[in-house]
Amino acid sequence: MKHFEMDKSTDIAWCPGCGNFSIRKVLIETLQEMDLNPTQVVMASGIGQAAKMPQYINTNYFNGLHGRGLPVAVAIKAANPHLTVIAEGGDGDMYGEGGNHFIHNIRRNPDIVHIVHDNMVYGLTKGQAAPTSPLEFKTPVQVNGVINDPINPLPVAMTLGATFVARAFSGDMEGLKKILKAAFDHEGYALVDVLHPCVTFNKINTFKWYKEHSYPLEEGYDSSDFESAMKKALDTEKFALGVIYQNKNKVSFNNRTWLYQQDATPIVQRKRDINKVNALLKIEA
Amino acid sequence: MKQELSIVLSGEAGQGLQTLEDFLVKAISKSYYVFATQEVMSRVRGGNNTLEIRVSNTPVATYRSHIDFLYLLNNHSFYRVTKRVSDDSKIFGEEDFLSDEERDQLVGTFVPFTLNDYATEAGSVLFGNTVLFGHIAGMLALDQDHCHALINERFSHKKDKILDGNIEAFKTGYELGQAYQEHHDLQNREDEPLMVLSGNEALGIGALGGGCNFISAYPMSPGTGLLTYLAGKSNDFGIFVEQAEDEIAALNMNIGAWYAGARALTTTSGGGFALMEEAVSLSGITETPCVTHIAQRPGPGTGLPTRTAQEDLNLAVYAGHGEFPRMIFSPGHMRDAVELAQKAFYFADKYQVPTFLLTDQFLVDSKFQMAPFELDAKYLESSIVKSTEDYKRYTITEDGLSPRSIPGFGDGLVKCDSDEHVEEGTITESFDVRIQMNEKRLSKKDLLMADYQYPELIGPESYKKLIVGWGSTYGVLKEYVDQYGDGETAYLYIKQPFPLHQDIKKYFDQADTIINVENNASAQFSKILLLELGVTVSQNLLKYNGEPFSIEEVVAYMKEV
Ligand SMILES: Cc1ncc(C[n+]2csc(CCOP(=O)(O)OP(=O)(O)O)c2C)c(N)n1
Ligand code: SF4
Ligand SMILES: [Mg+2]
Repeated sequence: MKHFEMDKSTDIAWCPGCGNFSIRKVLIETLQEMDLNPTQVVMASGIGQAAKMPQYINTNYFNGLHGRGLPVAVAIKAANPHLTVIAEGGDGDMYGEGGNHFIHNIRRNPDIVHIVHDNMVYGLTKGQAAPTSPLEFKTPVQVNGVINDPINPLPVAMTLGATFVARAFSGDMEGLKKILKAAFDHEGYALVDVLHPCVTFNKINTFKWYKEHSYPLEEGYDSSDFESAMKKALDTEKFALGVIYQNKNKVSFNNRTWLYQQDATPIVQRKRDINKVNALLKIEA
Repeated sequence: MKQELSIVLSGEAGQGLQTLEDFLVKAISKSYYVFATQEVMSRVRGGNNTLEIRVSNTPVATYRSHIDFLYLLNNHSFYRVTKRVSDDSKIFGEEDFLSDEERDQLVGTFVPFTLNDYATEAGSVLFGNTVLFGHIAGMLALDQDHCHALINERFSHKKDKILDGNIEAFKTGYELGQAYQEHHDLQNREDEPLMVLSGNEALGIGALGGGCNFISAYPMSPGTGLLTYLAGKSNDFGIFVEQAEDEIAALNMNIGAWYAGARALTTTSGGGFALMEEAVSLSGITETPCVTHIAQRPGPGTGLPTRTAQEDLNLAVYAGHGEFPRMIFSPGHMRDAVELAQKAFYFADKYQVPTFLLTDQFLVDSKFQMAPFELDAKYLESSIVKSTEDYKRYTITEDGLSPRSIPGFGDGLVKCDSDEHVEEGTITESFDVRIQMNEKRLSKKDLLMADYQYPELIGPESYKKLIVGWGSTYGVLKEYVDQYGDGETAYLYIKQPFPLHQDIKKYFDQADTIINVENNASAQFSKILLLELGVTVSQNLLKYNGEPFSIEEVVAYMKEV
């Protein structure tokens, strides 16, 4: 029996009724069911309500800076490919502050699962617009409503060559679990954008709203067809839920390197030979 | 007769001065004391770049402004060096390389030098640099066999015609150059063989010796050279090399890699480092080691991208919000560049703090001689522990250091947090724990003093005047004290400018006059001396035009003291 679950006494800092609770429950179940050992899993997160997730899951974690979960995650995986690595945070964290890392890590195709809690708002800092907030969304800062077009992360990821792009909804826990399992099974970068209501700061995109504006992908949907997948991803009238696109044919980051092609031993387990270094301190004949 | 020569080649970007420098310095080092430095414009083609090679009967590690032999390589290569020649200078070049005005006002002797013709005769106009190599080799009476071997090594993979042509070109140059042997009295070195290396190579070798197996960096001159060097060694030594999308990613990756158990490095210059500041602070609170190399150049902003400065000491000392300890090393010569780079990894690991290698364009790009030595394997030892089931990353211990484990090594979990945290690593808002944790982190400042890298005193121990400098001013200040000193002036070479050890105050207490020398305009180190040791310097010699100090500048300044 593995224990990704925390003690009952753990004080969870989320608001009652927040979608983050469902995501946590499903993630723990997924990790349990995959038979992973908590010592072999690492979560790297940024800062935000969503990014507190590692605090509430019993595994290794590095809770770093706002927006910087991805570079940390990718480096952990590069240093020790044996670890299962998850990068997790909110829409502001991953698409806003960390936008450059989002773009460039897709290009790397690191073998990590990237879970983004998309509540279309900045929760922790009390309700400002997120990059995913809808137009006209009023906040204490955007007093006349949001005027910048929202980002739709899925097509962005796809055009950059992402190999696994999925959207989930915290209200559909079964669907979320299926997606997460597929994400962990995928070798390469797996983006899971999880829509979830922020009951405190987003009165527009409520549970009911998400229910009405989403639908599960139909049976037999072919996630390997880029063009039809792109159509699905671009549709923001109603969000398709499921693995929208998957390309199983791309090599992941570590395996693209000469270093790991020659020798699969994690760099953290290799020993440096001082004599080899000292050879550089000899005079060439 | 001259006991030393300063030879300058003035040309433009794209003329292969780099290759020529490699040849010359290697060849000269076999027989003499030598130092070489280039000053280049921030462009890929054209402009004016110069290469200075100093050859001497005594060790040299800095540049001389005065030029003995000047080689002009095009018709716009004289105007920037006119002030550096005098009556006894020889200026080689094609007749039309001087403008009429330049010719009218010329001091020194112009020697027509039809380089293109010589090269063409040897087989191709492309062999010009080899003619120059030969000319200087002839002038210095270098061992011809050794020079031929160097040429062979470089061109052996090319067609015979190219190899033979280059040898021919070398011979042509050598014969012509011999005529100038009587202009100097250089004696072959009698001491041990010396190797020649650039600051970048020295730092790179040190990093390898410190176990560096991960480098993430975003290119920025002059910090890129170290990235390039280690990338070149990466297949051989098993280094994970990644060009990050920006400097923020670079240092965050570095920290992520250390967290997982790697020994990671990032390299940059001031501008890039400014972007890394938040991550420095992340290293501070998570107590995750990281090593950062900052090769300084003049700022602010983009400043002078290819020039040198010591303007970012304050930046390195104060980088990052909040309060936490750090170690900053500033090597001034090659052996220290190797050793301090090695130790930067070891100390980062030992004390779980960010460490910095603070260098500059002059140090990383110039070529210096160094006596070979062997690195100590001790600095590869790691303080990482295997975790037990009840492992807590931030255990409060007596000595202030919480044993550091890494994920997947043992039965425990490694929880690191940039939020204030309890011993387990999870978030807390307890004021009491905050105080405890903050004090634990800050207490490492006292601990790491045990490994303070003490300065070196150069010159008479009974000094009355003390020159103090940190980092790359070593070459010029040592030469001043050794060759021009008045017997009562010594030089204190600081290799760890922050934090400073109280024990070094005694050096200042002994002096009547303290002269602080820095490549910046605001005497940054003098303020650290005041803050950390209560030492007030008497005067500052400051230079901030983007060039290093020349030996003449220091000599002239010290005459006034
Ligand atoms: C460099 C930096 N800038 C700003 C902040 C403040 N901050 C913390 S979380 C956050 C946004 C949170 O929004 P999101 O990432 O969407 O997470 P949520 O709380 O909605 O789950 C901001 C702006 C910070 N911690 N660090
Ligand atoms: S602020 Fe919103 S997102 Fe954050 S915990 Fe509360 S409900 Fe959830
Ligand atoms: Mg959010």
